[in-house]
Amino acid sequence: MSTTDNAKPVRKDPAALKAADWADGRLGIYGLAKANLRKIFPDHWSFMLGEIAMFSFIIVILTGVYLTLFFNPSMGEVVYDGEYVPLQGVHMSEAYKSTLDISFEVRGGLLIRQIHHWGAIVFVAALVVHMMRVFFTGAFRKPREINWLVGWTLLFLAMFEGFLGYSLPDDLLSGTGVRFMEGAILSTPLIGTYLSFFLYGGEFPGTDIIPRFYSIHILLLPGIMVGLFVVHLFLVIYHKHTQYPGPGRTNSNVVGQPFMPVYMAKAGGFMFIVFGVISIMAAIATVNPIWAYGPYRPDHVSTDAQPDWYMGFAEGLIRVMPGWEINAWGHTLALGVFIPAMVFPLVLLAIGVYPFIESWITGDKREHHLLDRPRNVPVRTGLGAAWISLYILLLIGGGNDLFATHFHLSINAITWFIRIGIFVVPVLVFMATKRICLGLQRRDRDKVLHGRETGVIKRLPHGEFIEVHEPLSQDRLYVLTQHEQPKPFKVEGAVDENGVARKVKLTDKLRARLSRGYFGEGGQIPKPTAEEHAEITSGHH
Amino acid sequence: MAALVVLLFALAATGGLYAALAPAEKAKADSSSQSLAIEEGKKLYAVGCSSCHGTGGEGSSDGPPLTGVGAAAVDFQVGTGRMPAQQPGAQVPKKKNIYSQAEIDQLAAYISTFGPGPSVPSEKSYDSKGANLANGGELFRTNCAQCHNFNGQGGALTDGKYAPSLEGSSAKHIYEAMLTGPQNMPVFPDTLLPEDDKRDITAFVRNATASDSPNPGGLSLGRLGPVTEGLFGWIFGLGALIALACWIAARNAKARS
Repeated sequence: MSTTDNAKPVRKDPAALKAADWADGRLGIYGLAKANLRKIFPDHWSFMLGEIAMFSFIIVILTGVYLTLFFNPSMGEVVYDGEYVPLQGVHMSEAYKSTLDISFEVRGGLLIRQIHHWGAIVFVAALVVHMMRVFFTGAFRKPREINWLVGWTLLFLAMFEGFLGYSLPDDLLSGTGVRFMEGAILSTPLIGTYLSFFLYGGEFPGTDIIPRFYSIHILLLPGIMVGLFVVHLFLVIYHKHTQYPGPGRTNSNVVGQPFMPVYMAKAGGFMFIVFGVISIMAAIATVNPIWAYGPYRPDHVSTDAQPDWYMGFAEGLIRVMPGWEINAWGHTLALGVFIPAMVFPLVLLAIGVYPFIESWITGDKREHHLLDRPRNVPVRTGLGAAWISLYILLLIGGGNDLFATHFHLSINAITWFIRIGIFVVPVLVFMATKRICLGLQRRDRDKVLHGRETGVIKRLPHGEFIEVHEPLSQDRLYVLTQHEQPKPFKVEGAVDENGVARKVKLTDKLRARLSRGYFGEGGQIPKPTAEEHAEITSGHH
Repeated sequence: MAALVVLLFALAATGGLYAALAPAEKAKADSSSQSLAIEEGKKLYAVGCSSCHGTGGEGSSDGPPLTGVGAAAVDFQVGTGRMPAQQPGAQVPKKKNIYSQAEIDQLAAYISTFGPGPSVPSEKSYDSKGANLANGGELFRTNCAQCHNFNGQGGALTDGKYAPSLEGSSAKHIYEAMLTGPQNMPVFPDTLLPEDDKRDITAFVRNATASDSPNPGGLSLGRLGPVTEGLFGWIFGLGALIALACWIAARNAKARS
């Protein structure tokens, strides 16, 4: 603190210091900064996937603000008289017209619109890849389960935020999507029609849906998402970042670089890279050419009417579902729509609740700050891969018409392949992935005990050829053998001291069975022990 | 040797005489060019079409009867190379046309004798001058886009059938397709879709699919909707960002030491 009351000539403080002092006196930032600026973050490319999501979210918010200045969320009808000749004289809503004006008349409007849309596509893609990284490395384990749920909720909201966003321009494609949603709502037993009338303010399409979507899209969901996003980041700082196992890295330390200045520079630079890549995408490639779709009219529809990719699996569910329906007492239960509409959240829920299922099976209540190598948890890795395969199959189902035309296949054959595939392929993928993980564990074991294959062939004096194996470095040996290999859960006291079977809870039995699947024989390859290593290396080379 | 020379002379003389006299006889028999075309068309028909459509256009198990299809259908099917079909299948694809326009006209003239049908439209009926693009677009989105896509890029139908892409199709063929409803396409006769509307639609399609039509947003990505956009976003957007993330992460103090 600078003082002026003593007589000595005072050294003049730099302006920055003065400003910092002023702020500290009012905000107490010194304490905060001291505690957090030197916070250590570990370094790995896969830890930057979340950053891609974070920065693309920021760019989407910034461009979105610009778009709100020119967009008119009204379904009032006007006649187009703007720049785009093929639509001159066409009746359309003000929402569609203002989007055309943004694209053709507002300075930089089309570029900003495309940055907004490409940014959204990249944002949700980055969320999914980030979530997969967290899943496969086991970063969701205690104490991070709540943060997993926060992130999962963000993904769920982001999907709907995207859906609402591309529904706003009221072009032919977006109107088809809004109609799709109406169909899903109508399929709800008993209350479907009431829900639909409530949401659309009357009969579809009405004049209310775009203004309502607009409020939710620019106010409600972004507000919730920013809030959750702050919680997400705060929890990352509070828990400290996880790290990959390695020499010197333990469950109680973090090895990496300090936030200030290293991460500040890296993340700041990466932010501009993300901005740059998305801007380049927007500058070179069209996204959502609303002028080509034409305005929405309920009697119009175009083929290739798919949602943006993140809603594609919902489209796939609807497309591959047989059109079953039950007609009774003058009412129709549209199972062909209702079942997919119910399975849709379940697909996401399956991945969302996984951490809790795993912790129940393992019974592991300890904190984990060291990540798993995916091969060391074959069942989890297999389940994740099976989920991804299901997701991809549904995406293919959603684009079945394009797969048919571009690969010269029958759309019926593709649909049947997906119908059967969604039950069969995930099982096959699970088994294959698990085998691959076990194979990699065997390879690790082999490398630890026998060293790395150098590719150098040596000829011994008596003519025999051998390949020279090079022992691994101490660091590498540590990485390959540091992981825990839990014992499967056994039901305690299944038999009493006289050897008579006791009544065992059904859930315990199930848990023991699942635990055997995870950690029993065939669930993991025993890692080499220090004795095995010592024995084989002393006698060998 | 002498015998051979005599034989050659004799052959040349006969051939020359025939060449000189034969057309004259024909012309004597029937002088109108229409019947000439029908006559030539019949020969072309016998070679290229009769094996499936029957010697008199009555059809067979391999091809439908051609009674009443009209000259417009022939002009479209042969002019776009679809007919003669190279093989049976879910749908006969467009291919290189090997007939000259004169031959197509002769075929059309012959096939028209099976029964009356729509004739080849005159050039002014599909001339894009003065056509209303906006009206064409609205009509296209009402009647065509559900199969051909909003921009005429084509789309899938059931069991391997498809609505073809309209890219590169001539105005005449687009017009004829509406008039005659080839393969799986419905017919849009003038009573349903008046001539002016057909012209507007033709102009809209030509404008939308023209190779030099402007792309205000940059690369069109095939104008196939969000599927190709998603693919582009994942591969070039997220792909590039992950590659750059790897690059940044590789550049730390430890990696350089």
